[in-house]
Amino acid sequence: MACKVVTITSGKGGVGKTTTTANLGIALASLDKKLVLIDADIGLRNLDIVMGLESRIVYDLVDVIEGRAKLRQAMIRHKQFTNLFLIPAAQSRDKTAVSPADMIQITDELRAEFDFVLIDSPAGIERGFRNAVAPADEVLLVTNPEVSAVRDADRIIGLLEAEKKPTPRLILNRLKSDMVRKGEMMSPEDVVDMLSIKLIGIVPEDDGVVSSSNAGQPIVLNEASKAGAAYKEIARRLTGEDVPFRSGDDGGGLLKRLGRLFGGKS
Amino acid sequence: MNERVSIKGFRDGVLIALDSGESWQTLVDDLAHRIEGQATFFAGARITLDVGSRPVTRHELSSIKAMLERRGLTLINVLTESKTTLDSAGALDIRGNLTYLPNNAHPSAPTEEMAIPSEEDGSSGVMIRKTLRGGRTVKSQGHVVIFGDVNPGAEIIAGGDVVVWGRVRGIVHAGADGDESAVVCALDMMPTQLRIAGFISVAPVDKRHKARPEMALIRARQIIVEAWK
Repeated sequence: MACKVVTITSGKGGVGKTTTTANLGIALASLDKKLVLIDADIGLRNLDIVMGLESRIVYDLVDVIEGRAKLRQAMIRHKQFTNLFLIPAAQSRDKTAVSPADMIQITDELRAEFDFVLIDSPAGIERGFRNAVAPADEVLLVTNPEVSAVRDADRIIGLLEAEKKPTPRLILNRLKSDMVRKGEMMSPEDVVDMLSIKLIGIVPEDDGVVSSSNAGQPIVLNEASKAGAAYKEIARRLTGEDVPFRSGDDGGGLLKRLGRLFGGKS
Repeated sequence: MNERVSIKGFRDGVLIALDSGESWQTLVDDLAHRIEGQATFFAGARITLDVGSRPVTRHELSSIKAMLERRGLTLINVLTESKTTLDSAGALDIRGNLTYLPNNAHPSAPTEEMAIPSEEDGSSGVMIRKTLRGGRTVKSQGHVVIFGDVNPGAEIIAGGDVVVWGRVRGIVHAGADGDESAVVCALDMMPTQLRIAGFISVAPVDKRHKARPEMALIRARQIIVEAWK
């Protein structure tokens, strides 16, 4: 299978890019995929913390770009999933230490050996965002069911169009279906209607996400978690598998009606 | 008066010769100013443009054509010594004549006054065949047609009319150069803000908003929105 470089981005901060990257990383690794996660949020690194790998950082992305370390030396192998690696961001530098061409060069080096490269994009639409999407074959756009987050997502779609990148697929994160039912939160249909792009998954609000991120144990490792199950499904869809959207207890009739949002031509 | 732009009446209408040395925008602005200063002389005139040896791009020619049209004038002929200009005229469906005569010579335009032409003149603009996302802008001196939605945060600024085959949620400014006859049409009109020439309006907050084709225009010194029929 050819390597796929997938960038996870959002525009707005705090919607769950890093959590999504960490969980998709673990989920793909548990599907026996060989992959590398790159934290492209230079200066505000935290993917290593969510992955529980902070204490093992010796070299980072900027060390590789500036020639102080070989790519191999900056790749931290996951304790449990040995086919999963992390390249951490530099903490003491800023986005200007990296260029889009650097990112393309690094991912090109990784393509030969891995099934996936997931890039965790910083928030915003400036240099850091352009670095993160430059090498992407596919873009996953994370948003919350809030007007301000959806507006920023729309802006990102426009920027990706202008950069001639493929249309992103949408991850709707932190959906509270009881609030949707009461009409207090935007429904997945509302969001998709505003953005007119395809969904790749809906992640329900789950209190366990915060505590598991703090513990460096992404929620997919918790078999009982609904959010974890949602990430596993997204990972399978990312591999090209056709995973139907569940109409389980969580979304109720809501998810059933959503079938048409996912299907059809892309 | 300066001689960057020379204006003469002749049997086919008005002949306007543009100096080859000046920047195109200066000439267009200058000409617009002269037309406005002599409104009665120009009223409804058919314009022959002599651009001399300057190669005029399609975009430049389109901008002057739109400027003339907004003032009720029709560009019917372009006299040029440049093949580039001739191609630009061809692309815009304007008659072009290659001439090696000096600027002030009598034009050798063939007269077609015997037959009424079957082709409409039309006017130029840009067509965008996708949804305008937040943060994207479209600016044109002519008309703008969007084949898609105009999302919140997107902005259109047009010298002429704006037609949206989709939903309008962003900001639309028609007649941005002051043309109060400009209109905005959309299949579903709920803009953040709508401007026509110097007038501004904001869509009323309406929970029961139904999508239907509507047209916005200026009537009695204010923007009104009515069913598009």
